Amino acid sequence: MTNGIRRSKLHRGAGNRIVALIAFLTVAALHGAIAQSPQTISKKKFQFPNQIPAPANNPVTPARVELGKMLFFDPRLSGSNWISCATCHNPAMGWSDGLPTAIGNGMTTLKRATPTIVNTVFNELQMWDGRFHSLEEQAVGPMQAPGEMNSTMDDILSKLKSMPGYVEGFDRAYPGEGITKDTVAKAVASFERTIISQGAPFDAWVHGKNRAISPSAQRGFDLFTGKANCVACHSGPNFTDEGFHNIGLGGDDPGRFAKLPIKISKGAFKTPTLRDVALTAPYMHNGAYRTLEEVIDHYDRGGDDRSNLDPSIHPLGLSVLEKKDLLQFLTTLSGKQVAISLPRLPQ
Amino acid sequence: MAFPLKRSTKRRMGLFAVVIVTTAGARAAEQTVEQKDKTFVVNGAKVATLKVKVGDVISFKNMDPYFHNVFSLSDVKLFDLGSFPQGQSRPVTFDKAGKVEVECAIHPQMKLTVEVGK
Repeated sequence: MTNGIRRSKLHRGAGNRIVALIAFLTVAALHGAIAQSPQTISKKKFQFPNQIPAPANNPVTPARVELGKMLFFDPRLSGSNWISCATCHNPAMGWSDGLPTAIGNGMTTLKRATPTIVNTVFNELQMWDGRFHSLEEQAVGPMQAPGEMNSTMDDILSKLKSMPGYVEGFDRAYPGEGITKDTVAKAVASFERTIISQGAPFDAWVHGKNRAISPSAQRGFDLFTGKANCVACHSGPNFTDEGFHNIGLGGDDPGRFAKLPIKISKGAFKTPTLRDVALTAPYMHNGAYRTLEEVIDHYDRGGDDRSNLDPSIHPLGLSVLEKKDLLQFLTTLSGKQVAISLPRLPQ
Repeated sequence: MAFPLKRSTKRRMGLFAVVIVTTAGARAAEQTVEQKDKTFVVNGAKVATLKVKVGDVISFKNMDPYFHNVFSLSDVKLFDLGSFPQGQSRPVTFDKAGKVEVECAIHPQMKLTVEVGK
């Protein structure tokens, strides 16, 4: 716009054409205030990282992963001795639970959906509202939440210390550190760092195997990064900007606003990864949609509740074929299936 | 780190090194801080800390093809610039001395400390 105005001053004789240009640019700028125009995105921006991050005080080792896996699958970490991390984060269901929203302690239905834990190692913040800053912080949250596993750290530590198998496991994984809240958190986080979705058909395509995904899925990628502009939020190799957006689902859940009282955070939730998205129905933080088709329709409508809608979201005008292409693309993000062996828990 | 870093990653981390920029001069100055690739950038380099004088103005300009926000909940300067698209900029006058933590409410990885001196 600035350049356009400068040019108009340089060529005063151009008259009507300049007026038309300014008018066009003004309209374009106003449109820009409502919706960012999508730009061509290089496939390279989606190449999967070949290193897995871990904090300096908790590098991943086989002993830590083995111990973390036992804790993850052990229902005795709950107050009822009946709910484990894996009850909701079920590896057979995309490390989620297949429910619209989670069921917690005492069969109570909770307000939010269980997010998958695939690729959470890459997250800037954890949970739908970003209330935890690391996997270590997150790991011991649900164990102690009354609505979820409803235990106390004292109770958990006392149970673990009573089982020789765990005493040995902690000694192998964290020699000299003992069984503490810190080592429980670090062990579970170490296991979670190994839950990675990769090797999807999309990854092969990004690396040059042109037939790894169908022509329809390739058109879907163009829509994803172009007309539909999904990439405004679902960006990078993990298909998330690590950001928080109100996508127009409505409801009374304040989301991120409860942690960050800034207006645009009201009703905003963390952008989830789209890795394995075809395996993790239902969708959205409140489980509003049963299928990916319904999700695509939601964005095509430009959301429903527009009271604090993210300005990136607007009606898309997708055709039936374009919606099918987008869906085909999303299914190419399912990673290679990894065999999960269940641990034998200490007694 | 659990696994060795690639050379390209090290290069990237080098770019993320803290750069401190000082605004000199007795009169109120105005400068632009860009929001680019979800970082705060001055003169092409990512900044984590920026020193200004009382009365100086920082104009935050969005260079990314998606919306950004800029806010601070610091006692020294409380502000929320809302969300704005690529190409737009919004000014903030830092009128009290002290430390101001500046962030983007959309992208939590974006953090900038503005040290306002007398």
